[in-house]
Amino acid sequence: MTISQVSFGSHEPVLDVKDLTVKYIGDTRSTTAVDRVSFSIGTGEVFGLAGESGCGKSTIANSIMRLLKDPAKIAGGSISFGGKDVLAMSPEELRRFRWQDVAMVFQSAMNSLNPVLTIGEQIVDIFTTHAGYSRKESLRRAAELLELVRIDPARLKSYPHQLSGGMRQRAVIAMAVALKPSLLILDEPTTALDVVVQQEIMAQIKELQRELGFSVLFITHDMSLMVELSHRMAVMYGGRIVETAKAQDVYTNPRHPYTQALMGAFPPLTGPRVPLTGLPDGVKFRNIPDLTEAAPGHFVAPLGADAPVIDSADLAGAAR
Amino acid sequence: MSHSLTSPVAASTSRTPALEIRGLGKSFPIGGLFSRDSVRALHGVDLTINRGEIVALVGESGSGKSTLARCVARLEKPTRGAILIDGVDILKRDRFQASRAFRSQLQMVFQDPFGSLNPAHRIEHFLRRSLAIHGKGGGSAEETVRRLEELMTTVGLQADMLNSYPHELSGGQRQRVAIARALAVEPQVILADEPTSMLDVSVRIGVLNLMRKLRDEQGISMLYITHDLASARYLADRTAVMFAGELVEEGESLDLLSNPAHPYTQLLVSAVPDPARAGSYDPVRRAELRQAVMASTTCAFDGDPNQACSAEEPVRHQVGDPENRHWVRCHLYRPWAGAAGHALAGEPTPPGRPASNAQEKASA
Repeated sequence: MTISQVSFGSHEPVLDVKDLTVKYIGDTRSTTAVDRVSFSIGTGEVFGLAGESGCGKSTIANSIMRLLKDPAKIAGGSISFGGKDVLAMSPEELRRFRWQDVAMVFQSAMNSLNPVLTIGEQIVDIFTTHAGYSRKESLRRAAELLELVRIDPARLKSYPHQLSGGMRQRAVIAMAVALKPSLLILDEPTTALDVVVQQEIMAQIKELQRELGFSVLFITHDMSLMVELSHRMAVMYGGRIVETAKAQDVYTNPRHPYTQALMGAFPPLTGPRVPLTGLPDGVKFRNIPDLTEAAPGHFVAPLGADAPVIDSADLAGAAR
Repeated sequence: MSHSLTSPVAASTSRTPALEIRGLGKSFPIGGLFSRDSVRALHGVDLTINRGEIVALVGESGSGKSTLARCVARLEKPTRGAILIDGVDILKRDRFQASRAFRSQLQMVFQDPFGSLNPAHRIEHFLRRSLAIHGKGGGSAEETVRRLEELMTTVGLQADMLNSYPHELSGGQRQRVAIARALAVEPQVILADEPTSMLDVSVRIGVLNLMRKLRDEQGISMLYITHDLASARYLADRTAVMFAGELVEEGESLDLLSNPAHPYTQLLVSAVPDPARAGSYDPVRRAELRQAVMASTTCAFDGDPNQACSAEEPVRHQVGDPENRHWVRCHLYRPWAGAAGHALAGEPTPPGRPASNAQEKASA
């Protein structure tokens, strides 16, 4: 199953983020972690957010879930989910919104399981708390859920340490989709896993997405992985989006120099060995302007006059 | 003290490999004080690194690649086997612990540049100390300063960063300092254990390019340990694949990754995300490969006139052109029962589970 065969979903956005600005406010100075970021995710669409550590991608995920804590403050913009204003939700509305509408798998999610409760007890908890099912009914559903991610239901009685890392991660994903949310946020879901397990987890997510039809916000720094899974993607740098387009377009024709550097950071597995460069040390982009449409559906931040120049001679020099 | 690389000794032994590992084994005792159980982390590893050659060691976590690095670096005492540097068995020469002479032949670069540099010291301290301990600082203070600046230039850093503290540098810059610290000793071999995995992706390639430059310009040999096949292909002349503490395949990097012969290597290669690849995840093929790794009943190289198949001995079959020095362990040889990699020991995916069934359950 390749990406081109996946339907792109309708244009009805599930999530609409507009001009989101998040600041970390300190006593002496403040940092803008996310700066006027806008994007939307359609029904059944997988949207990727790529960027390096510190670029603000996890802050965006936490803003959507309303998980930001002091000193982080949403300083501007709006987040709407299915027409509802997420930023205006009351604590009671938030409780329902989280997990039922939007679920999140965190970066080291496999370590977020409670070590003194069995997997079964933790899944049953979700159903009894959020859906109000009886214990017996919850157990039945918990077993189904594990089957969905191909874990033997007998494992309901296992403690987290009795499962391998990959199984734990799958259990966490099963828990995230337990209440059939319409949006699943995956924050680096496979970073701590080996390649073989990583590929199986990603295949699992693809399959679940096809079966259950939820939308996905997929956050990672691994461009190859992102292009494989996402329909559309955005590349972030220093709190701003520098490029957004269909994932295949970004892959075949990256337009912003930072995107090109990120792409160039992953050596290919086939073809001749050519020198690559990545981003030369010390190169910084500042004052990134708003996106403009460079090609149909392909938005890129134009380079300002003060943008660093990375010409091909420099790149060749760095490779040597 | 000259820094020339072609010392008379090196010239006369240029045929001897820089690093040779012979039959290396390492077992860790497990269980209580009186338990005689042990887990076999390494078994019969033979690996040769020639002068000016970069060899990549790839495998998943738990495959034993870091144990191998720790044994070669003398941080761990191997249970059996020999480690030869310049043809001299260092396990025999320095019987109990690593000597300074050994440390000046082999240096390490670790995974975490945030943990490997003491935050209380300036960059200059790390390099100056390496030079002083190994007597490479030259006779005079000016000479030492010249050496320090030269080292910084070699690894692509500004000389004025010598006065910086580690926290003022980025991850990539710190890893360059760690490399400069290793270089200060003028080693023959650098052991790099996942040197780029903690770095931001955009600067990783710069560190790999630096390692390549050191090989080309200074003839330093390297053992590059990684789980990233693409970077192994990019950097290393040869790649060795490790599974369950044993090498299963080795060869010229491009050849090995385009024609992987062992099912474990095929499993690894097929798992790397690659948007350019046409095929996609195939659970049936995956289950077959797992089966072939753990308990193969056939060997693709059965009938090899030079090397008869064997389930008992780890026979090495030659793959393709001898020039590529590409060999694969006979598929019939079974991995040690207690050593199944956790990725492979996991519950195998039932092949051909009908999707409609799952749909039913999901909507139930």
